[in-house]
Amino acid sequence: MITMENVSKTYSNGVTALNDISIHIDRGEFVYIVGPSGAGKSSFIRLIYREAKPTKGKIIVSDRDLSKLKERHIPYLRRDIGVVFQDFKLLQKLTVYENVAFALEVIETSPRSIKRRVQEVLKLVGLEAKEKMIPSELSGGEQQRVAIARAIVNNPKVVIADEPTGNLDPDTSWEIMKVLEDINSKGTTIIMATHSKHIVNTIKRRVIAIEDGVIVRDQQRGDYGYEI
Amino acid sequence: MKMELLYEINSGVTTAMKFRTLLRHIREGTKNIFRNGWMTFASIAAVTTTLILVAVFLALVLNLDQMARNIEQDVQISTLIDVTADEDQIVQLGEEIEQIDGVAEVQFSSNDNELSKLIESMGDEGQAWSMFEQDNPLNHVYIVEAGVPEETEVIANQIEELDNVENVLYGKEVVEQLFQFNNYARAIGLALIIGLVFTAIFLISNTIKITIIARSTEIGIQKLVGATNSFIRWPFFVEGALLGILGSLAPVAVILGGYYYIYNNFANVINFRFVELLPFDPFAWQLSGMVLVIGAVIGVWGSVMSVRKFLKV
Repeated sequence: MITMENVSKTYSNGVTALNDISIHIDRGEFVYIVGPSGAGKSSFIRLIYREAKPTKGKIIVSDRDLSKLKERHIPYLRRDIGVVFQDFKLLQKLTVYENVAFALEVIETSPRSIKRRVQEVLKLVGLEAKEKMIPSELSGGEQQRVAIARAIVNNPKVVIADEPTGNLDPDTSWEIMKVLEDINSKGTTIIMATHSKHIVNTIKRRVIAIEDGVIVRDQQRGDYGYEI
Repeated sequence: MKMELLYEINSGVTTAMKFRTLLRHIREGTKNIFRNGWMTFASIAAVTTTLILVAVFLALVLNLDQMARNIEQDVQISTLIDVTADEDQIVQLGEEIEQIDGVAEVQFSSNDNELSKLIESMGDEGQAWSMFEQDNPLNHVYIVEAGVPEETEVIANQIEELDNVENVLYGKEVVEQLFQFNNYARAIGLALIIGLVFTAIFLISNTIKITIIARSTEIGIQKLVGATNSFIRWPFFVEGALLGILGSLAPVAVILGGYYYIYNNFANVINFRFVELLPFDPFAWQLSGMVLVIGAVIGVWGSVMSVRKFLKV
């Protein structure tokens, strides 16, 4: 699903975020990316959906060689990847339904399929009753579920979540984890950067730890391994 | 090339935009217009001012051009016969003119005839000239017609060499003056118009920049969920084109109303033999169409500039 070979990323200001990392993530895996702030987790994630370009090395995501991917083909890569952020990134003026439908509209899905598909995913994240509300009327956990619904509505092969529970209280975090596990159990690869020791140590999955731009640990059913 | 094509087909994408999507872009572009109120107004006002000037200059220059061309097409050469020439000499001159290459027709017109033509062409004011009927100051004239307009000058020069010719008149000088005036008008008008066009483009691109900044979150999410660059750009092109077209509505009204008024009220007054305004239909319609297209081009150009600078997609 995702392969990185000797990937380095140095930003134009000279900061090296990632230094010669190689990794392979299989289809259907659930992977935590852990490590201190500024260690390179976000860069790692940004490289996968081609928000950033590696300075060196080769990245393959769902059979696409990202170093050879033309600018104009990036949108098609993104349709295979769902992205979820800590701050949800919802459009405040649109309803829950419209926020999710948005992701299908921009890829020119027919209105009939949009309706069917949006109702499906809203049910999956448990928000079918709130489709007419706007984000400010929802709790943080509900907003994040809308964001997840938007990320998975076009059936991506992989969902990338950059600290999805970072802004949420523990109870709500479990809600989100439940949804992500659900999605994972249906075959979607999940890559989740997190600072939550509690989650990583409770729902045991593969853990990749990044420190100072290098992978220091890659462990199946691993621990968080850091004291906060 | 083939590989890319295959790739796009595999991604379930067709290059042709769906009609539904086009409607969506138009809807979004229109919404943007109402979003940033007074910048929209400023842009439209700038386009309007520019296009009214463009229209006035185009109307002027095209009419003058047409007049100059009419005069050029006029193949008549008036040969003013020396007043001292007697009848034999006049007849001889007529024969000599007929023998010049390229002359199609030679017609004699007496000074009395010339005077009555003059009086007639001046209308009511011409009556003042009737007092000269007893003591006609005009010359007898041979009106010579060249077979083709291009030979008019050569023939006129040859006639000038003949005996008993006082002067040779034809459209050349008038044409040259008109063309020169036209060139000046064009240069000044063009400079002014270019300046205004750039102002309008600048204002439009600024307006669209504001829209882009206002919608940056939305654009970011669009990119995230896999919208193509052209999908993201289209509404801004629509917005620009709409600003341009809205700005050209008032100028079109000015052209249609103004030219209708001028044509109907002044056309008869200033119609001499050559001087003739271009008819309202189709000229005013063509000019309106031109102004509308220029407006749309200004608008799209403005949006292209902004999209390029501020929309890194």
